[in-house]
Amino acid sequence: MAGLPHFGHYRGPYGVVLDRLAVPERHVENVVNATTYDFRGFDTMGEEFILFSAVTGVVLLLRGGKPRRHREEIVRSDLVRVIGGVGPALVVVLGLWLVAFGFVTPGGGFQGGVALAGATTVLFVTVGYTAWSRFGDERILDPIESLGAGGYVVVGLAALASGLPFLANILGFGTPGSIRSGGSADLLNWAAGIEVAAANVILVAEFVEEYIAPKVRARR
Amino acid sequence: MSILPYAVAVWIFVVGIYGVVTSRNLIHLAVCLTVVQSSTYVLLLAIGYVRGAGPPIFDAVPVGTRTVDPVVQALSLTDIVVSVTVLALILALALDVHRHSGTIDPDEIAEMHG
Repeated sequence: MAGLPHFGHYRGPYGVVLDRLAVPERHVENVVNATTYDFRGFDTMGEEFILFSAVTGVVLLLRGGKPRRHREEIVRSDLVRVIGGVGPALVVVLGLWLVAFGFVTPGGGFQGGVALAGATTVLFVTVGYTAWSRFGDERILDPIESLGAGGYVVVGLAALASGLPFLANILGFGTPGSIRSGGSADLLNWAAGIEVAAANVILVAEFVEEYIAPKVRARR
Repeated sequence: MSILPYAVAVWIFVVGIYGVVTSRNLIHLAVCLTVVQSSTYVLLLAIGYVRGAGPPIFDAVPVGTRTVDPVVQALSLTDIVVSVTVLALILALALDVHRHSGTIDPDEIAEMHG
């Protein structure tokens, strides 16, 4: 059917090659992450800037008319408040673990970054806008997002500066299965994690501000 | 039934397109577009699936073990990121449309601008 492989019988050349190369050559055990940040590292840089420019677009479209304000909100249920305090902490640990061990076990920068951003959203839902808005401040988030997007390029340029091809691994390969096994691909992994986390918090922040603003306006 | 996963991908695609075409609400339209894009995840993962193989992670299994294709999984990851960015941009545009014309019904917006 239209050149598609029979289901369950894929014999594509690239996957098999990457499976053979990832551990002996690149010293990483998670081949999906090795594909994302090492074999296809240049594409992922483009992908990061898709996210970066989309966030810029959303911020520009929704800009203006949203003065920061503190609403009185009291979540009355103690249970919800306790979950709201403990839940995000657990999700943050999960997110950091997903990024840190991205080259060893399932996970990676994108997955962990989304989990980290999700933690602040849980805070908004359970504790309320005032507690959340401290994390939704663009004066803090914008530099963090730029650090993630720019950091990826800086790691690439550092390889150029040391006489290697763009994005080549400059730190050398670690022991397979260890937390630093990715070498400088691990830095790219962290840059993507930071970028994705900050980008998603900014997106949520923009829409939450829109959601909060009309209510306050209507009350006047 | 080697055709079933591909049929599911086509079905999700068609259902999403139907939603986009008949949508009377820009938010609903954005969600339908996300459904259309979801069909590509199913298609990619169905292509890369290998019967009886494990995940492409050599933490506990030796190198050389048959795994499902890692390339399509990395592509799905890219796909999901693109999907999220498109959704965010469309929702922002929908808010902007609502701010300027007071409606998010595509037909009414078309009427207002002739």
